[in-house]
Formats: sequence, C-alpha cells, structure tokens
Amino acid sequence: MELFNHNPDFKMDVLREVGNIGAGHAATALSRLLDKPVDMSVPTVSFVPFERIADRVGGSEEVVAAIFLRVDGDAPGNMFFLMSRKQAARVLQVLLGIEASEKDSYSELELSALCEIGNILAGSYLSSLADLTGLAMSPSVPSIAVDMAGAVLSYGVLQFGTMGDEALLIDTTFLKGEQEAEGHFFFIPDPQSFERMFVSLGVPLE
Amino acid sequence: MTEDNIVKVGMADLNVASGGASLKTTGLGSCVGLTLFDPVRMVAGMAHIMLPSSEIAREGQLNIAKYADTAIPELLRRVLELGADRRRLVAKLAGGAQMFAFAGGNDSLRIGPRNVESTKHALTGMGIPIVSEDTGGNFGRTVELSSQTGILYIRSVQHGVKEI
Repeated sequence: MELFNHNPDFKMDVLREVGNIGAGHAATALSRLLDKPVDMSVPTVSFVPFERIADRVGGSEEVVAAIFLRVDGDAPGNMFFLMSRKQAARVLQVLLGIEASEKDSYSELELSALCEIGNILAGSYLSSLADLTGLAMSPSVPSIAVDMAGAVLSYGVLQFGTMGDEALLIDTTFLKGEQEAEGHFFFIPDPQSFERMFVSLGVPLE
Repeated sequence: MTEDNIVKVGMADLNVASGGASLKTTGLGSCVGLTLFDPVRMVAGMAHIMLPSSEIAREGQLNIAKYADTAIPELLRRVLELGADRRRLVAKLAGGAQMFAFAGGNDSLRIGPRNVESTKHALTGMGIPIVSEDTGGNFGRTVELSSQTGILYIRSVQHGVKEI
C-alpha cells in the first residue's frame, strides 16, 4: 500500500498502539467475565499473505470457534475473535457451567453464549478505539462459525482481495497464566480506513 | 485421501497435475474450488477462486488465479498445455459457502454464492460441462482431486469425507 511508503515503521507503531489499547480493554472485559486474570501479548502488525493468515491460529484446516463482526462507520473493517475448541469449551464451562468437552457440534445456547462473549469483547475493543480516534466505529450484529480457520478468515480479507494478495492484520493474543493462548483478536481495517485513522490521530501521511 | 504426491493449491492460486498425482486446496469458505479433468490423458487442474470478477480489481499486477473470469481461461490453457483434450474436459466444483449469517443485508457476505454463479457462467461460456458439484451451505471444505481417477474428495468438519 502506497500509504505505507513514507515512514512505515512509525505508522506500524501507531497501529500496534491502536491494537494495544483496543485489545487491552477487551482483555479487561474478558478477565471480568471469566473472573480470572487474562494477559495479552504485544500486538503484531504486519502485511500477511492471505495464505498465511490462518497459520496464526494453527493452519487453514484447524477447527476454531470464530466470532466475526463487520465494523461500520468512519473506519470500516473486519474483526474476529478466535478460540480453539478447547478454549471455547473452557469459556462455556466458566460462564454457563456447561461441562463441554472438545467437540464438533454445539447447541444453540452454547453458540449464542460464545457469540455474546465475542460481542462484548469486540464492543469494548471498538469503543476504546472510537474514544481514541474520535471516529465513529460500530460493530454489526456478531455471527459465529465453528469451522476451518481458512474458511472463516477468508471473509476478513475480501476488501484487500481486490488490491493484492496480502492484508494488514492487527493480531493480539490473549494469554492465560502459563502463557497458554486463550484466544486471538484479529482486526483487519479496510484498506481505505488507515488514512482516516492516521489523520484523526495526527500522524503525518507524508 | 492419499498422502503422497500431492500438489498444493493455495488461496487465489491454480495448478495442474498428471500421472496419478493429486491436487489439493484447504479451507475453502466463500472461495470456490474448481477442477478440470481429462479422464483419458489423466490430466487434472485446480483453481482456488476468491472473487467473482476481475472487473473489481484495483491491483497493479493482476493475480489472474484470484478471479473466476480470469482463472478459468488460464486453468484451461494450463491443462491443454499438459496434453488434455478440450472435448473430453469435465468440470467439478466445491465451496462457495456462506459461513456467517447476518440479519442485515451485507453484500460481501453473499460472496460465496456469487463466486459459484460466476464460475458456472464462465464454464458454460467455454462449453465445459459441470458433471458434479458440492456448493453452498454454511461450512468449510478441503478438496482433493486425483488425476488418476478424477474423483474429487471433499472433507468438512461436520460431514466427514464425501466423493463426487
């Protein structure tokens, strides 16, 4: 992207901070829901080839619980909260007291509970970004799929699809105590959203 | 599914194989996996199509494997180059799912059905018959085509392995 030709390191740093603030609020929300500490990694911000995005969560065929929201408003984009089946089962157990093992099929109640968690987390991520940037960013109704990572994540890169073969991904990992990944937050702003975000944050474009 | 001699086809990618090797692409969601096969020469081709039409492309260097309208002519050229006879070619397709359902009408979520539509349109235009398909639904698929038999194996989380 041409926007990143000038001063790319600084722009990437700004996006890392954007991810840091957003995911920080979401991690706090998750920690309250589960009533246990949730740490997070420093976000990684990079252009990732479409083919490689699913590798972040175990590969294209790895089955994940994915909550997907479309972000509407001044800086539109795609947002995913991704958990392994094991993590999803643990979250359900804590929240609903459901003894859920790793499995392939979920009841309506279980899916709806997972979806709501994604909704709460994405909401806190986005509202902190909206506060930071002064831009209107509102999440769509969330939707959940428990399926192959490659299949679900392809929806997140459609807007980049017409421009090239890689997408700018802001990836934050949630960690539990022993550095075990609890979940991933993927924020993939649409290509045209970066300029608006930079302008509102006072980042010189050129 | 066999394990050896597999040619991998990435996202927005295409490739060909012959002499018993298999072609495989993983994690098809809204994308369409299209295969061409000549049963006599045992020549096979596969494309992992991501978007319906190159008219919407804004990229400098067009990746022709990405769009239905450009990937199919290129795949045809590649299988013919490998010795396939155009009159014997048959097509199979899988994918084009709608993984997420939203109450609001968001057009980008209908991308799966649009990819299928556009792929069929291009095949019809070139007179290549579609002998079988497993498209739509709300689940992901991994597909593998054997250039030995022309059988397309389709694996999904919910439905296991299916042959078409």
